[in-house]
Amino acid sequence: MTSLPEKTDKKLGLVIDLDTCVGCQGCVTACKGWNTQNYGAPLSDTDPYGADPGGTFLNRVFSYEAQTEGRPAQTVHMPRSCLHCDDAPCVTVCPTGASYKRSEDGIVLVNEDRCIGCGLCAWACPFGAREMDRDAGIMKKCTLCVDRIYNENLPEEDRVPACVRTCPSGARHFGDLGDPDSDVSKLVADRGGYDLMPDLGTKPVNKYLPPRAKDTLNTQPLEVVADEPQGFLGWLDKALEKL
Amino acid sequence: MHPAPSVIIFTTLSGLGFGLFFWLGLGVPDVSGGTAFAFFTIAYALSCAGLLASTFHLGNKKNAIYALSQWRTSWLSREGIAAILTLFLFALVAVPRIFLGAEMAISGVLGSIFALLTVFTTSMIYAQLKTIRRWHQPLTPVMFLLHALGGGALLAGEAKIAGWLLLALTLVLLAMWRIGDQRAAARGTTGDATGLAHLGEVRMLESGHTARNYVVDEMVYRVGRKHAAKLRMIALGLAGALPAAILLLTPPGHITAFLALALHLTGVVTGRWLFFAEAEHVVGLYHGK
Amino acid sequence: MSNPETIQIDTSPSVSDEVRKTTCYMCACRCGINVHMKDGQVAYIEGNRDHPVNKGVLCGKGSAGIMQHYAPSRLRAPLKRVGPRGSGEFEEISWDEALDMAAGWLAPLRENDPKRMAFFTGRDQSQSFTSWFAQAYGTPNYAAHGGFCSVNMAAAGIYTMGGAFWEFGQPDWDRTKLFMLFGVAEDHDSNPIKIGLGKLKERGARIIGVNPIRSGYNAIADDWVGITPGTDGLFILALVHELLRAGKVDLAYLSRYTNAGFIVNEEPNSPENGLFLRGQTGKPQVLCRDTGKLADFDTPGVMPDLAGSYRHAGTSHRPVFQLLAERYLSGDYAPEAVAEQTGITADRIRSIAAELARVAFEEEIVLDQPWTDWKGQKHDKMIGRPVSFHAMRGISAHSNGFQTCRALHMLQILLGSVEVPGGFRFKPPYPKPPEAHPRPHAGVTPGQPLDGPHLGYPMGPEHLLLDDNGNAKRIDKAFTWENPMSAHGLMHMVISNAHAGDPYKIDTLFMYMANMAWNSSMNSSEVMGMLTDTDENGDYAIPHIIYSDAYSSEMVAYADLILPDTTYLERHDCISLLDRPICEADGAADAIRWPVVEPDRDVRGFQTVLIQLGAKLGLPGFVTEDGSAKFEDYADYLVNHERRPGVGPLAGWRGKDGQGMGRGEPNPAQIDRYIENGGFWVDHISDEARFYKPWNKAYQEWAVDRGIFDAEAPYVFNLYVEPMRKFQLAAEGHGDIQPPEHLRARIQKTMDPLPIWYPPFEDTNVDPDEYPIHALTQRPMHMYHSWGSQNAWLRQITGKNFLYLPTDLWQQHGFKDGDYAHVTSAHGSITVPVAHHAALNPMTVWTWNAIGKRKGTWALDNDAPEATEGFLLNHLIHELQPPKGDGLRWANSDPVTGQAAWFDLRVKIVKADPKPAESQPSHPPIKSPVDKAPHVVKRKI
Repeated sequence: MTSLPEKTDKKLGLVIDLDTCVGCQGCVTACKGWNTQNYGAPLSDTDPYGADPGGTFLNRVFSYEAQTEGRPAQTVHMPRSCLHCDDAPCVTVCPTGASYKRSEDGIVLVNEDRCIGCGLCAWACPFGAREMDRDAGIMKKCTLCVDRIYNENLPEEDRVPACVRTCPSGARHFGDLGDPDSDVSKLVADRGGYDLMPDLGTKPVNKYLPPRAKDTLNTQPLEVVADEPQGFLGWLDKALEKL
Repeated sequence: MHPAPSVIIFTTLSGLGFGLFFWLGLGVPDVSGGTAFAFFTIAYALSCAGLLASTFHLGNKKNAIYALSQWRTSWLSREGIAAILTLFLFALVAVPRIFLGAEMAISGVLGSIFALLTVFTTSMIYAQLKTIRRWHQPLTPVMFLLHALGGGALLAGEAKIAGWLLLALTLVLLAMWRIGDQRAAARGTTGDATGLAHLGEVRMLESGHTARNYVVDEMVYRVGRKHAAKLRMIALGLAGALPAAILLLTPPGHITAFLALALHLTGVVTGRWLFFAEAEHVVGLYHGK
Repeated sequence: MSNPETIQIDTSPSVSDEVRKTTCYMCACRCGINVHMKDGQVAYIEGNRDHPVNKGVLCGKGSAGIMQHYAPSRLRAPLKRVGPRGSGEFEEISWDEALDMAAGWLAPLRENDPKRMAFFTGRDQSQSFTSWFAQAYGTPNYAAHGGFCSVNMAAAGIYTMGGAFWEFGQPDWDRTKLFMLFGVAEDHDSNPIKIGLGKLKERGARIIGVNPIRSGYNAIADDWVGITPGTDGLFILALVHELLRAGKVDLAYLSRYTNAGFIVNEEPNSPENGLFLRGQTGKPQVLCRDTGKLADFDTPGVMPDLAGSYRHAGTSHRPVFQLLAERYLSGDYAPEAVAEQTGITADRIRSIAAELARVAFEEEIVLDQPWTDWKGQKHDKMIGRPVSFHAMRGISAHSNGFQTCRALHMLQILLGSVEVPGGFRFKPPYPKPPEAHPRPHAGVTPGQPLDGPHLGYPMGPEHLLLDDNGNAKRIDKAFTWENPMSAHGLMHMVISNAHAGDPYKIDTLFMYMANMAWNSSMNSSEVMGMLTDTDENGDYAIPHIIYSDAYSSEMVAYADLILPDTTYLERHDCISLLDRPICEADGAADAIRWPVVEPDRDVRGFQTVLIQLGAKLGLPGFVTEDGSAKFEDYADYLVNHERRPGVGPLAGWRGKDGQGMGRGEPNPAQIDRYIENGGFWVDHISDEARFYKPWNKAYQEWAVDRGIFDAEAPYVFNLYVEPMRKFQLAAEGHGDIQPPEHLRARIQKTMDPLPIWYPPFEDTNVDPDEYPIHALTQRPMHMYHSWGSQNAWLRQITGKNFLYLPTDLWQQHGFKDGDYAHVTSAHGSITVPVAHHAALNPMTVWTWNAIGKRKGTWALDNDAPEATEGFLLNHLIHELQPPKGDGLRWANSDPVTGQAAWFDLRVKIVKADPKPAESQPSHPPIKSPVDKAPHVVKRKI
């Protein structure tokens, strides 16, 4: 049923720190690896060694430049994947009930046994989070590693999405954004975490932490003790005496 | 949006087909026997061919049976149901009319309503999408409905009605483009989409992958502004203005009707291509487009 | 029918049948990986949480390793060339035939003239073994790829402070409060740096990035200094100028732990001029602050008087620190004086200097941790200066790189921030001063091993590898007057020297993991020509080339015999304390690779092949007394080889009982113990040994105990590098070993024992007005070497590269997306796609390195974007500079170490109109020695 749940018990999602992501692509290939072996059809790669390769990735890291007149441009790496929106338009447009949002944790999933590969959910998603697998003809998307986070075959500390587990700089955080006392909620509060395109009303669960202010260093120049070698020697003698 | 042939063919043909059904349901033209058979065949052929074409772009047809299940939320599901109901209702109209020379007036009117409903549901598949601001406007269903009614009337041989409807279509197209352009221009910037606008002007440096991907192929298609302007004139002239002029200003006749239909059809295909190709999906902002 | 409540998904699927823990080899970082196996096949790779290097995380390369393993470009069997060199025509042969062929070339050379075999390994992680093979063979011609990578960083670090950045040290990530990163550094120590940056971000510590390009790590730097390439040294010396003027240097640290107090002979004409005054036992002398008398520098209780001076027999002497202060207080280093050249405003330089001083001295860290120093003095606290630095190729791949690296280390030391809490920390086996490293050796006796290790650290002209006529003993001319301190050899000079027969001709070039016919050479097109050139008899200028690689790389086509390697998941390897281990600052660690799967084809690990070849050649160490093979394979060697009694390739679980750490006799179960432990061994040092390692008694004792040294080796840091002064003295005419006349002036200038800055050679050898733009490369963080391009996942991320242009250049030339540019250097020209990148130094362009591929290689289709749009800057760079006024062509290398000066490159740019169909130059396709690749990959096991 593609009606959205009225409320979900939890709002599991990611908090992605744009001040920390160095754009290493670790999350991209960890995701590709896990999700090729797990949930549903493998993430295929067509023409993988040819002129026009095209593979399914559930997470891609973009980089942007931002510049204000008269200031140096800055570079921001931005990993992009499904935001598991509370009001997920991708779910309601689905004709088959393949797309759904889980009431227990808010994860948006595609039931591949129902998906007809019409692509309408991808059209409805403002964030480019859904990709049709070219080989399987099935819509693929981030599952928040639903087959990891509850997986009793994994050690408890590994029950996080593959992208979070692998992120070398710790730019990705996973948790319950519906619980104001969770670590991720506190992080969002502390660092001014924000929603992508809030005006579209999809109410993303995932949050982004903005880059901290850059190029602000303005320490006052040091006080000079000596300008030339002779004076320096005098200062040195006194300074050594104090040691 | 990528102007996929399957959706262009689908919306064009099924629109015409259901448009023709609408008139046939109302008994326009009032025909029976072999003539009725011919008209219904055309209506069924167009609508079914359109529906069939729409399945071409499905990645995974084997689950198609589930596509009717989500009528409570999904316009696509509603469209499927409406189309099937329409086709079924018109069987109740066509069979008596062709073979019995009888008229099932209630089925006819009901069928006509459902035919329009089908077109409306189709239009809502597009109009509902907040992600494509150009489509997300009240004129989108009006435009689709006028296409169906005008094209249907043309097929039904109602030259004058068709002429007025196509004239209306011409005006609606013009209005839609105007509103669409305004809406698209207000789509925002890459800075807005990324939430980085406070850092200054934001542009994409790398899209993460130099290789193609589905989102770009499907949703970041862009048609050149000059090219689009030319195509708009063609679509407007061929789908609306020219056939309307022919139908309203020349005496009715098979040749003029055929000419008008041919022009209209070409115009509709062009317009539909543009409908997709000009549609700027908001995800394009993340790609700097 | 599909109510979400009723949809059943398996949230606890079985993950894998088994997890095998080994070591990644997608780059030089050596992370621990968990290889998940299903049905006996590799299914998924993730980081190993227990591993000291990566602590569970893994980068973009690491997780994509599975696609490296399944790459269609993997070679299948030994190959013998049947067509002309460069054609790619081969036939598959058996290993017996391959080894016979190799031995057939190598055995007679060894008997007659071993130096005619040159053995160079590329991104080799087994150098302690490959060098041992080369030494046993007896050729002086061995090195790995450090010479074209980052030897400036290594040599400057060792000579200055007995340890370098690379992966041999790290900032104290948990405590540092200000981290300054110079240049591109995304390659070595990849995940530890990312983990460290994450820790800084978590604490909100400040990161200053100094780099012409604001990408990667610099993207998250709080402050970005978009410096002009090649001027880092000048900027650093300006910081030093500011700190000295303000007296913001750590005098106690300098007095105790550096040679700041060593007194230097200042008699202008003396052959001792510039050398330390030494006592009767040969120890450098300091002036005791308390007594005013001379004393050995390491006399307990003596604090040197940095402010004193000493005059004896008409010769005046002053401490190093005064020479240093005098030099850098000079107005030449004032912020105003350097602002234009560096592209950094004077105010900004002052502000950064002030921030360094503020954090170092006002945010001092004090740990309540008693420790005892090398002189036996007890300290009740550990005092730290929480500023730290890192740099790699960015500052070192210049012709002024060595001195720039030295300048950076001097800055660290003046701030008292090396081996202290919050500062830069060494990882065992470092600290290790130059004296504790070997000297270079090139003593050849036909049929016998070389007289010692090939590579090392010269302490004066007497250690140069020159014959009686002053000619180079090595084919790469390492350790000659052209580059006296070339501690890693000069791999980039081997092919051109061998081709020219200068200093002599060789017969067989034996290479491993080095793509010399493509992205690992400067001037790739010309190198291909050298490899295929023939003499008047029609014989190849380099008669035999043996090459080992796992993949169908560009270099394969240019070899005569290919020894196909395994993937990293199919082999034994050892990341050894004898070589480049995986230690942490807080402990010693080493690791293995082991075959988590057996090869499915007729390939062998290269090290095993060397074991077999060594036995076939009867090399000492490789055979027993009866001449039979001593080791079955590399695994056997790892366990049973002893470099010194009780010290072998692997430090963990030594001894019959497996209790030995670092020392102990071979343990037959050693590899099993490593596997049980996740593929690695780690031994943490005690709390009192964690900092001040060069001077910390507890650390020194621990290091001896673990076999890192055989005797304690405390030392002080060299602000002033006396061995450099010895080369200068020779250039001034002192001593018997004299440089050639044409090099005298350069040696006098560049071998300065205190850091200097001079413009990169290309700045003065080409016309900067004609070639105004600096051109740089860097590797994408998700790729390494050329391997990324065959990786079906990674090549989708970066399958083509652009030349990135700063805004002004972009607008000035009227470029638009999709345009191409002609890019011309003094040496060559390329035509390549361009893109706009605003966060750049305004006179710098750059591109991703090693994306461009030769058609027909790596099992890619000929129309793959790597081969049509991708490009290399290498074509613009020559191993020699353009002719100077004297008619000579000088090496495009650092004059101290010979490091290839990749980043000196200057170019000019014009828009290519019309744009070409492909990037230029475009080379004809090579016939692929492997089958065509599949059209779809969807591997779910």
